[in-house]
Order: sequence, then C-alpha cells, then structure tokens
Amino acid sequence: MGLLSKKDAKLITDPLADNNPITIQVLGICSALAITAELKASLVMGIAVLFVLGVGNVVISLMRNIIPSKIRIIVQLIVVAALVIIVDQVLKAFAYDLSKTLSVFIGLIITNCIIMGRFEAFALANKPWQSFLDGIGNALGYAVILVIVGFFRELLGSGTLFGIPVLGDPIEMTGVYALGYENNGFMLMPPMALIIVGLIIWVQRSRNKDLIED
Amino acid sequence: MAVNTDKNSYTILFAIAMVVVVGSVLAFTASSLKPAITKNKEIERQQNILYAMGINGNEGTGDITFVEKAKVADAFKTNVSEQIVLEVKGGKVLKEMTRDEFMKSKDQGAGKEPYLIDIKKEQTKAKNGESRFLPLFKGTQDGKTVYVTAVRGKGLWDAIWGYVTLDKDMVVQGAFFDHAGETPGLGANIKQRYFMDDFQGEKLLNDAGVFKGIKVAKGNNDPVNKIKDDNEVDALAGATITGDGVSAMIKKDLKLYLPYFKNLK
Repeated sequence: MGLLSKKDAKLITDPLADNNPITIQVLGICSALAITAELKASLVMGIAVLFVLGVGNVVISLMRNIIPSKIRIIVQLIVVAALVIIVDQVLKAFAYDLSKTLSVFIGLIITNCIIMGRFEAFALANKPWQSFLDGIGNALGYAVILVIVGFFRELLGSGTLFGIPVLGDPIEMTGVYALGYENNGFMLMPPMALIIVGLIIWVQRSRNKDLIED
Repeated sequence: MAVNTDKNSYTILFAIAMVVVVGSVLAFTASSLKPAITKNKEIERQQNILYAMGINGNEGTGDITFVEKAKVADAFKTNVSEQIVLEVKGGKVLKEMTRDEFMKSKDQGAGKEPYLIDIKKEQTKAKNGESRFLPLFKGTQDGKTVYVTAVRGKGLWDAIWGYVTLDKDMVVQGAFFDHAGETPGLGANIKQRYFMDDFQGEKLLNDAGVFKGIKVAKGNNDPVNKIKDDNEVDALAGATITGDGVSAMIKKDLKLYLPYFKNLK
C-alpha cells in the first residue's frame, strides 16, 4: 500500500482540475483579480494559502466535535485570522524581504472564500489527515489557476516573467517590440483577470463535457 | 463523554476560552518575535538610505538589490558622514542638531539614532502646530557632498514613503520609494528601478530658484525622461493616485528642507 489510499489521493487531485476551487466552485475570485498582475505575486500567494489552508483545515478538523454550531463561522474566522497573523509575524522576523514582497497578499488571505469554504464543507465533517490533504489539494488547485492567470497578465501586460524582460526592451524597441508589438496595458487591469479566468473555464468545460451543468 | 454543544452556556464558555487561547498564542508570538522584527526594520531603514545614495547591489537594469544585511551597519558608518536633525516650524529652521546633540536631547531623542525618527509622528506634530524634526543624512557621491532627505505621504491604499538624495542645488541624485500596500503590478511599481531611476537629475527648483517639486505626469511626451529641467517624470500606467501621492509627498516634504539648502549657498 502506498502512502495515500486511492480515496486520499483523489482529495489532492480532484481540486486540481475537475473540482477546481476557482473554475468550478467559483470561489477565491477576489484575490485572483487583485494580485495576478505579476507571476511572482501569484506564486507567493499560492504558497501562503497552501500553508494557511493546510494547517487551518487540520485545526478545524481537530476541534470539529467541540465547536458550538451557533458560532462556528466566527470560530473559523478566528482560526484563519490567527494563522494569517502568525504567518505574517514569522515572515517579518525571519524572512523580512519575502514579507515585504507579500505585503498586502497575506492580509488578503483572510478574505479568501476558499478557506472558509473548505473549513465549512470539509474540515467540519472529516478527520484531520483527510482534511489536511483536502486543504493541500484545494490550495494547489487555487495556485495553479493563479499562476496561469499571472503568467498571461505579466507576459502580455508588462512583457516580463518574474520581472525579467522576455519579449525585448519596449523603450529601445528590441525583440518583438521591433515588429510593432506593444504591451497591452489593459492586461494589468483587474477585469482582464476575470476574462482570463473565464477563458480557462471555457477551455476546461469544452474539454470535459461532464462539467457542464444543465 | 458527550457534551451538548448547543447549550447557550457552553457556547459562551467556548467563545471565552477560544478568545483567551488565541489571544495568548498571538501575544506570545508577537512579543517573542518583536526584537527580531525591530532589528529587521532598522536594517531596512539603513539599506533604504544607502540605496537612495546609490550604494546598492544593483546589477543590470531590472532588479533592485540592497547592501547585504551583514554589511549594512559598516556601510552606513562609512558612507553617511553626518546625521543631522533639523527642528522646523512654519517653514523656518529653529535649530540644527548633530547626531550626538539629538541623541542627548531629553524630550525627543533619548538615545534614538536620527535615522530612526518616525516621520509619521513628526507629521502629526506639525499638524498640531508643534515644531517637528527632520532627519538629514550627509554623505559623498562621486566626490560631491550629497544630502539624503526623508519623505512620507499617502498612496491609493496606504502610506508611501521614501528617501531622496539631493545635491546642494536641490537636484535629485537618487531616490528610493516604498509603500505599505499599493496594488501589485500597478501602484507598487513605485518601488521599481525604472521609476526610481527616472528621478535622477530632476531639479526641484525652477531657474529662478523657486521651489517647484517634481510631478509624476501622465502623457508628458518624455517617456525616456531625457528632459530633466521640466520638473516632470513619466507616470506609471494604471497608478494615477499612487503617482499623485508621490508628487504630493515630494512637494510637501522636500519643501521643508528648502531653508536649509538656501543657507548652504
């Protein structure tokens, strides 16, 4: 027997495509719009969510039998907020440069619907190990979409990837700029993220007809 | 043992316990990490001041890199020859203090290095009609004496701040800008080299010697920023309010140093 049973492995692989938190569950759109103008920011946000969702799911799962149902949303919020503050403080103390790059994103995690969604839908009803896998899977599914959107927005909007110019120099007119290409400033605007997410949803559903709802 | 989690008394007790536990965990984390965070912030200030003076690890055209953490303290000592504190009120310099005088002064300094002056607090003091302290760092760049000044203002979402290096004629020799929470890819680009480097050579005064500031201008038909006496640099796409914030803080904060620079001549 491997490390993961078939059912456990599905917890990780499902959210990557067929049950993706962004494209199928349509959660976490807000942060996808806000931070995907740069590939680096997308990646870093993905990693931060991976940590918060992984640990948060385990914490909620451990407490699932003692949480009063009347205040469960508040309890979940407190757990997310506490984890986010701890991540922020630890980064500031030990990886100050990284914490500077993250700045707003860390705070944005609190408002990420995916986290509350997974706490509510999965961790409250499942054991810690399964909850952990579910958290990791969903965070990865989220990160994949963010990276795809970030890739296109940064490439077409600024002509760079991870801040490194890949299309040539727009001022000296080298590379593709010599052919008359210009950076598409609209790509840097939040609405373009929504349009790219829409295109991803379109591609995904046209490849897998099962995803189309009647 | 089955607990009835629906009871009101249980809910209240649970909430209290939760607040106490989470509160103590956070308090413990914050207080145990505080020394490390404060140290990091001090190092960052020194790095930023050195960066504005042109002492940095930049290579090529893209990235911004600072003096290495381990070498910052030494670099700061050798490159910043003097830390000056100006006490200003209503556009006049009331007092000029050296580092030692400032650190010994009872009311404000109390052993605090001038580079640690909290600009935000000083701005509030000025708003309340009190006198405020302005830090100024003297150093040399290519054999010329330069002065690093501090600025702070408002961006779109949160505070923006920076250090601007000037020569005695108030011509910008270097600049460093940072922000607390501007939009990544848009306003956050004030921290990019292509934006900060544009300020080099810009004049703060016009030909008649009147303070004009530097405007972050949209459509100024000079994207390469070759004209340096127009008091304008090219704006960032999609970051109008952040850009306006940069113009405003330069105008407002650098004007305070004007009497000092006028005296230099």
